[in-house]
Amino acid sequence: MNVWLCILVMAVVTYLIRMIPLTLIRGKIKNRFVKSFLYYVPYACLMAMTFPAVFHATDYVIAAIAGVAVAVLLALKGKGLVTVAVAASATVFLVSLVCGI
Amino acid sequence: MNKEFQVGVRDGIPIALGYFAVSFSLGIAMLTAGMTAVQGAVMSVSNLTSAGEFAGVRVIAAGGALVELILTQLIINLRYSLMSLSLTQKLDEKVTLWQKLLIAFGNTDEIFAVAMNHQKSLTLPYMLGLQSLPIVGWTAGTFLGAVAGGIMPRSVSVAMNVMLYGMFIAIVIPVAKKSRPVLIVASIAVFISSLFRYVPFLQGVSEGISIIICTIAAATFGAIFFPVAEETQEERPER
Repeated sequence: MNVWLCILVMAVVTYLIRMIPLTLIRGKIKNRFVKSFLYYVPYACLMAMTFPAVFHATDYVIAAIAGVAVAVLLALKGKGLVTVAVAASATVFLVSLVCGI
Repeated sequence: MNKEFQVGVRDGIPIALGYFAVSFSLGIAMLTAGMTAVQGAVMSVSNLTSAGEFAGVRVIAAGGALVELILTQLIINLRYSLMSLSLTQKLDEKVTLWQKLLIAFGNTDEIFAVAMNHQKSLTLPYMLGLQSLPIVGWTAGTFLGAVAGGIMPRSVSVAMNVMLYGMFIAIVIPVAKKSRPVLIVASIAVFISSLFRYVPFLQGVSEGISIIICTIAAATFGAIFFPVAEETQEERPER
């Protein structure tokens, strides 16, 4: 099968999934249930994608646990996205280094 | 106008870095599947979806049918429709239809997350700024990964990969700290997601479907037991 055709088909399907809901809904939704549901979607979705996947994203589980702990602590202290993301990443790197010795 | 774009670009930096690392390994996978670096870069710039592309490459490598390719993309990427739906409620009133068509193109997990965390209603300049660097990072990483294979040490790419998760945590935790309902909804999502990962007969469910089920279940629970107050959800576009 032609690879270029595959790429095109994938791109079209993915774009339609993103585009249709975005253009279909106009203005603010009034229904309280739907509004509440959509309010919770980002938090539910982000946490479902993060846990437990993050614990399997590194070579050593302990490195991931340390990275998550650092991220949660800094986030609780109100640090910004970049700070938290870089600190979590650096922690994973250092702990993995120690584990690899 | 211009300021909004700049703020967006700045907010996109951590996403771009994380994307670069993840797409690097995607590029290597493409190379292994027999694709060229140019094909890889074109797939990345036109698809912008990590899980979807990884799955697509696997189908291509296995010589799967076009129907199979469409179905995997549909299932894995269906969560984006939920995100797009949620995004409509935060868009500035002035955003026109053709602008929505542009914004929709780059609505990835991370861009959606950062956009929803933005303090103001979302304008076209902000969204384009936010998407710019991540698109470059994602495409460049794929290309370099396919060209230069294993140059980046695994320890570095693994650590950079975690950056994206760190960002998700940084978005949810401060809100969950202040709002008990958000904390409960987030915990339910984690619990169900763990079931899909560890309970034997649930492990067959694909990651895309699992995320959709977790999101719908947890958000529905929140909507039933902790409906948001009428006023707090009203977005007031800054003018």
